[in-house]
Amino acid sequence: MTSLLILDFDEHGIKQPSRSALAAAAKLGEVHGLLAGAGIAAAAAAAAQLPGLAKILVADDAAYANALAEPFASLIVSLAGQYSHIFAAATAVGKNIMPRVAALLDAQPISDISDVIDADTFIRPIYAGNALATVKSSDAIKILTVRASSFDPVAPTGGAATIEAVAHAPGPVQSTFVSAELSKSERPELTAAKIIVSGGRGMQNGENFGKLIDPVADKLHAAVGASRAAVDAGFVPNDYQVGQTGKIVAPDLYLAVGISGAIQHLAGMKDSKVIVAINKDEDAPIFQVADYGLVGDLFTILPELEKSL
Amino acid sequence: MKLLVAVKRVVDYNVKVRVKSDGSAVETSGVKMSMNPFDEIAIEEAVRLKEKGIATDILAVSMGVTQCQETIRTALAMGADRGILVETDAALEPLAVAKMLKALVVREGIELVIMGKQAIDDDMNATGQMLAALLGWPQGTFASKVEIADGAAMVTREVDGGLETVSLKLPAVITADLRLNEPRYASLPNIMKARKKTIDTVTPADLGVDPAPRLTTLKVSEPPVRKAGIKVGDVAALVDKLRNEAKVI
Ligand SMILES: Cc1cc2nc3c(=O)[nH]c(=O)nc-3n(C[C@H](O)[C@H](O)[C@H](O)COP(=O)(O)OP(=O)(O)OC[C@H]3O[C@@H](n4cnc5c(N)ncnc54)[C@H](O)[C@@H]3O)c2cc1C
Ligand SMILES: Nc1ncnc2c1ncn2[C@@H]1O[C@H](COP(=O)(O)O)[C@@H](O)[C@H]1O
Repeated sequence: MTSLLILDFDEHGIKQPSRSALAAAAKLGEVHGLLAGAGIAAAAAAAAQLPGLAKILVADDAAYANALAEPFASLIVSLAGQYSHIFAAATAVGKNIMPRVAALLDAQPISDISDVIDADTFIRPIYAGNALATVKSSDAIKILTVRASSFDPVAPTGGAATIEAVAHAPGPVQSTFVSAELSKSERPELTAAKIIVSGGRGMQNGENFGKLIDPVADKLHAAVGASRAAVDAGFVPNDYQVGQTGKIVAPDLYLAVGISGAIQHLAGMKDSKVIVAINKDEDAPIFQVADYGLVGDLFTILPELEKSL
Repeated sequence: MKLLVAVKRVVDYNVKVRVKSDGSAVETSGVKMSMNPFDEIAIEEAVRLKEKGIATDILAVSMGVTQCQETIRTALAMGADRGILVETDAALEPLAVAKMLKALVVREGIELVIMGKQAIDDDMNATGQMLAALLGWPQGTFASKVEIADGAAMVTREVDGGLETVSLKLPAVITADLRLNEPRYASLPNIMKARKKTIDTVTPADLGVDPAPRLTTLKVSEPPVRKAGIKVGDVAALVDKLRNEAKVI
């Protein structure tokens, strides 16, 4: 029984969610990694160092340059025969591609698992994390995405996998990459950060994020997150959103500022180790999950907090 | 161009669900049900394409128990032209839903499918991708902007690092993210008009699909509850707690 793990990477190497997915896959035995992209020798070298990977398959071809779903899924399907399980982190790439792979293999994907019980049985959150379902799959091959915040990532180095090139005819071109508008930030990535400072509608505008949230985040070396309301109102870009439909995070410390604590927001952060809520409404639901609550006006509290750090 | 929109009946997003005491499932009886919020956005997008003269006919499809008719009625009141209910008491998984949608897409000569990116009950985020695979069509998931022109769909997608735009050759499947649009409320006249629109009913067998699930739910449990925290009086007390008690800063 060997598993294949689809590895997500950027110019810094293998992304942390993929290292968490490796921790999940390794619970079942041997794991091979798959990297697909164009000009990815450096990423392959980084992947080879991940502890717990026996072999890295590398598909280096212009067809895979932007992780387009159609050629990527067809590549994975061409390799599936040798594997009992195919894993990927539940990132934008994993969520886009894995169900497509599953359908092509006539399997029901198991999305966003938070625990591995045995080779057939997994736990996954449903209803925005308000319930946990233990499910057993009867499919011959299991297609899984992994909730990264539920598994401690393996170290980036320490392993020595072999690298093997793979190729597959990508098929007719059905979609093309046009452009990307990625937010640039010197801060840690939300899903990898140890501390997150998030703002909600209470921040009132984007300028206040810059004036009040950023200095606190700077002092704490934290990532900055947001509620959907703050994103919808245009205060911050969409990739800041934490929640059921945004990013799922579980940092050591999560500060929710001017966020009411809707079910859908809690779904993305309630597994954080320590939660702090700053809100002027003492009945805000966020206080029900907060370890430390501070009732008051964020416009006076945040500058004070920044000074005392 | 003929459009299909898939609309699922789910527990309303405002309901805080409870797990049944026997741990078999989430309690859904006596609970408010609504159209999956992402599917409202999908319908809205389809109606806007019709208003622009791009779509000619919008078929709303829902699968499940008889009451899914209400979900289809809502779609019709928002502007869909007709509905099909695939009626079954069976628990449906994305694989079965995708297979049945494929059968309908082929039978009805559909050229563009718009659906929600995720059902807020099972949180699978899978059906659209699976339908695209079964049809051999390209997919534009997590869409926050869609433009149709010259036989292609330009889809801006919400991805982990920001936004990305892809161009899909039609026919295609698109799944709606939250910021694609702001769904309209159905007006009273449109609700009245919707009563006259037709809803056909078929069964999984009519579509040649065996909907038997591949996953067995062994148990449903409540997530661990966080122990109640404390309120601190001021910033100094907060910083002290974080430093000396929680030791996280
Ligand atoms: C299908 C679906 C999916 C969703 N997914 C997500 C998701 O992924 N993530 C998400 O976050 N939401 C999501 N939502 C939205 C969610 O339901 C809430 O609407 C949203 O989280 C509210 O954001 P908020 O707390 O910033 O705003 P509000 O609920 O408006 O709360 C603002 C808070 O700020 C406080 N405040 C105001 N001024 C001050 C001040 N000066 N000082 C201190 N406090 C102040 C107020 O007391 C209030 O509690 C989703 C909704 C749906 C339907
Ligand atoms: N039973 C169903 N009836 C109609 N549409 C469905 C059904 N199940 C899933 N869908 C569609 O598939 C989307 C994604 O669902 P899921 O893959 O279950 O998260 C939903 O937003 C709907 O558009």
